[in-house]
Amino acid sequence: MNTAMVEAQGVRKSFGSTEILKGIDLRVERGSVTCLIGPSGSGKTTFLRCINHLEKVDAGRLYVDEQMVGYTERNGRLYEMKERQTARSRLTAGMVFQRFNLFPHMTVLENIVEAPVHVLGRPRPEVTAEAQTLLDRVGLGNRGQSYPQELSGGQQQRIAIARALAMKPKLMLFDEPTSALDPELVGEVLDVMKSLAEAGMTMVVVTHELGFARQVSDQVVFMDQGVVVESGAPADVLGNPQHERTQAFLSKVL
Amino acid sequence: MQQQQSFPDTRQNTPAEQGESIPVVPLKHPLRLATAVVLILIALSATWDVAVNKRYHWDVVVSYLFSPQIIAGAGLTILLTVVSMSVGIALGTVLAVMRLSANPIVSTISRGYIWFFRGTPLLVQLIFWYNIAALYPVIAFGLPLGGPSLVLGSANVLITPLGAALLGLSLNEAAYMAEIIRGGIGSVDKGQYDAARALGMNGSQLMRRVILPQAMRVVLPPTGNQVISMLKGTALVSVLAISDLLYSAQIIYSNNYQTIPLLIVASLWYLLMTTILSFFQAKLERRYGRGFDVSPRRARRAKSPAKTRTIR
Repeated sequence: MNTAMVEAQGVRKSFGSTEILKGIDLRVERGSVTCLIGPSGSGKTTFLRCINHLEKVDAGRLYVDEQMVGYTERNGRLYEMKERQTARSRLTAGMVFQRFNLFPHMTVLENIVEAPVHVLGRPRPEVTAEAQTLLDRVGLGNRGQSYPQELSGGQQQRIAIARALAMKPKLMLFDEPTSALDPELVGEVLDVMKSLAEAGMTMVVVTHELGFARQVSDQVVFMDQGVVVESGAPADVLGNPQHERTQAFLSKVL
Repeated sequence: MQQQQSFPDTRQNTPAEQGESIPVVPLKHPLRLATAVVLILIALSATWDVAVNKRYHWDVVVSYLFSPQIIAGAGLTILLTVVSMSVGIALGTVLAVMRLSANPIVSTISRGYIWFFRGTPLLVQLIFWYNIAALYPVIAFGLPLGGPSLVLGSANVLITPLGAALLGLSLNEAAYMAEIIRGGIGSVDKGQYDAARALGMNGSQLMRRVILPQAMRVVLPPTGNQVISMLKGTALVSVLAISDLLYSAQIIYSNNYQTIPLLIVASLWYLLMTTILSFFQAKLERRYGRGFDVSPRRARRAKSPAKTRTIR
């Protein structure tokens, strides 16, 4: 029985004639934190978007919570999922974006309550109470009535995390969550992510924060030019990289 | 260290001690004041001339301002505007979504519609609908390629002048609104689609809850423009002998030859209606601007008229 939260087997993805992912093999265990690192253009973000079916996988198999992403397998054939099925299957994972992507026309509270009420059809009072708890948890309990643009980048990103958590996902995907932040605001977002990891959430994080990767992650995956070059425990990949491309990248970053 | 001392220490030149207030003399604008005075004089004299010029016949204007015929005409103008704009916006939204569809046939149909209805004069379209009975004497629901059909009636009976006017104005408006709404949808950040999809929304939820409300902010100002030009554009239907505001005024002055006063009456009503519309437009823009451009407004409100500055 497959018990991994995410299991990728030879995942490929092209945009036009450019192949971005050239066969990714990867396992993310339940309750673990995986950091994807690598130079820009290496396909980290594309792979993360594939996990949530924001991009379609061209070849290979990608399982999330034992369900194949985007396809149903019947009688030895893969059938592309209908839009509604895809929307359903996205509920397994919550996603946090580099540019926050909060809904600017809604208050903070409305942002969080929106999907649980309109997608899951849950009663608003109940969801609102949960949203308030989530806001308290990310340290923004008093900002429910603010609009996103009245908040700092770090606050917006914490709200985005709360919004994703309100859907009670089994897996959280972070796409460079601190790259658009002023340096002094990075810490507050990483703190929220750390506490989330400590609470046992399965997380896949695309990041340039090697300190965070070293401290929090169970697995570090170094990607370059569409392939996984090296993966393993942070102490091994970051402390004692075996591959020369990993060594070259780390020497530039550190 | 040598270099640092070559700069004078500005802190020692400050005229006041730390924390002391010092009066600020605002910059005077004498030219601004002079310009304002000249313009006010010109405006006053122009108004005076208009008011005392007997040939304007202000007494006639006043006597016809609330005549039942004019009021009825204004009512019909409002009806034409409201119905045509509503149909235009609804059909325009559909056309805009079609235009952005991934299905090439669907988007080409929308493109063709917009091409045709924007590319021909509205006046021609109105007269065309008015004369539709010449092309299709009988209107019926039928199956394509000559299948059985349900006859609804003669085109001359079904398409009244008012019906032709509403058809012409609505279908024409839809083409313009489609382009405005398409622009609004295109202005919404692509990250909003990702975020909404990642939260499990399907296509229609995404449009209704996330994209269209944000597009509204961009769509509203040009739509306000469209409503106002529609209100005045309805005057075109006077060619179909529909007694809208302008046509009512024309009927009256063709009898009493008071052309200018009655055109003034009509204009005053048009002005009143566009003023009311502008008021509602501003209100709607504030409503859909929530969450955007918050900081500048806050900053302006917070700015106090500082008469003194504190030196630190």
